[in-house]
Amino acid sequence: MKILIVDDFSTMRRIVKNLLRDLGFTNTQEADDGTTALPMLQNGDFDFLVTDWNMPGMTGLDLLKHVRADDRLKSLPVLMVTAEAKRDQIVAAAQAGVNGYVVKPFTAAVLKEKIDKIFERVEG
Amino acid sequence: MGDISLEAANSKVGSEIRMLAENMLLQLEQGDIGKAVALVNDLNEVRDRTLYNEIGRLTRALHDAIKNLNVDSVGAGSDIDNTTDKLAYVLEMTDKSANRTMDLVDAGMPLASGLHDRAKILSVQWQRFLNKELTPAEFRLLSKDVNEFLGESVNKSQKIQGQFSEIVLAQDFQDLTGQVIHKVTALIKDVESRLVTLVLMAGQVDEITGIKHDLDTVTETSDEGANIRAEGPQINKSSDDVVNSQDDVDDLLSSLGF
Repeated sequence: MKILIVDDFSTMRRIVKNLLRDLGFTNTQEADDGTTALPMLQNGDFDFLVTDWNMPGMTGLDLLKHVRADDRLKSLPVLMVTAEAKRDQIVAAAQAGVNGYVVKPFTAAVLKEKIDKIFERVEG
Repeated sequence: MGDISLEAANSKVGSEIRMLAENMLLQLEQGDIGKAVALVNDLNEVRDRTLYNEIGRLTRALHDAIKNLNVDSVGAGSDIDNTTDKLAYVLEMTDKSANRTMDLVDAGMPLASGLHDRAKILSVQWQRFLNKELTPAEFRLLSKDVNEFLGESVNKSQKIQGQFSEIVLAQDFQDLTGQVIHKVTALIKDVESRLVTLVLMAGQVDEITGIKHDLDTVTETSDEGANIRAEGPQINKSSDDVVNSQDDVDDLLSSLGF
């Protein structure tokens, strides 16, 4: 399972990376915004995308839209981990095709639950 | 700064104008058009003089206000420049602290899990010993293992202890950045109150010169709905359009069929 973690803050990338490692996902790569993430996704065989929303360059929502618009990437499971907590925003992310939405600050348990749920649905 | 006595000045100008006007009426009633026209010129002069005086005074007050803002040199060394430096320091401190904490956890985690794994194996053996299932050879091996494990426990738990206290120390950024943030907040409040004075003054310039602004054209142009934007963390969580917790997010998503 190859996972791409996208966040502009290296600290948050590290936290997510450590949590994923604890959950048994050790094959992770990092990008600091949508602009760098998109070519990585297009060129690498990623199985899962964990992205922040608010980033300079391309935001997570725009990245999600690009992923859904790309024939080869459109079925990639995407989990948004973000501080954006307005109802309108969550609805917009859902409409753009997000698979899970975690608001920061979050716990390891919540992250695990959402990831498990996404893969249950993807595999089922 | 800004102590503009418009009313006092106005009343003085007012009585001067009134005097001239009354005089002009008198001249008109007496049929002396020449003198009346001359008085119209006097009236004009009073108006111009008042205007110039007021503009002069306001210009000085405005200059003082800008000087007090301390931002007339927005470049290096100004308060605003210092403030951005201070905020960069906050960012640097929090980043350093977060990474230091995670480094320590990364270093401590294998120690803790090593102890856990070994204790787990030993407790199985120990249980077998209590059940008298061990051969003498196995027991000798177990007692050697227990001895090693105890030494290792003392050593590793001490290391973990040290890492914990270093993690606590790495939280000192809260104090340091807190002080900086307090200073920045104070500066922003100060600049705000000075800006308010400036705006007030600008209002008086408008009043004296008779400038009218078409305020209707300055309405907000917010394109809500169509353009969802990132806003960062919501400080005021009591607002209705903001979710309070992950549970709220889950409820909202499940209401959308997730």
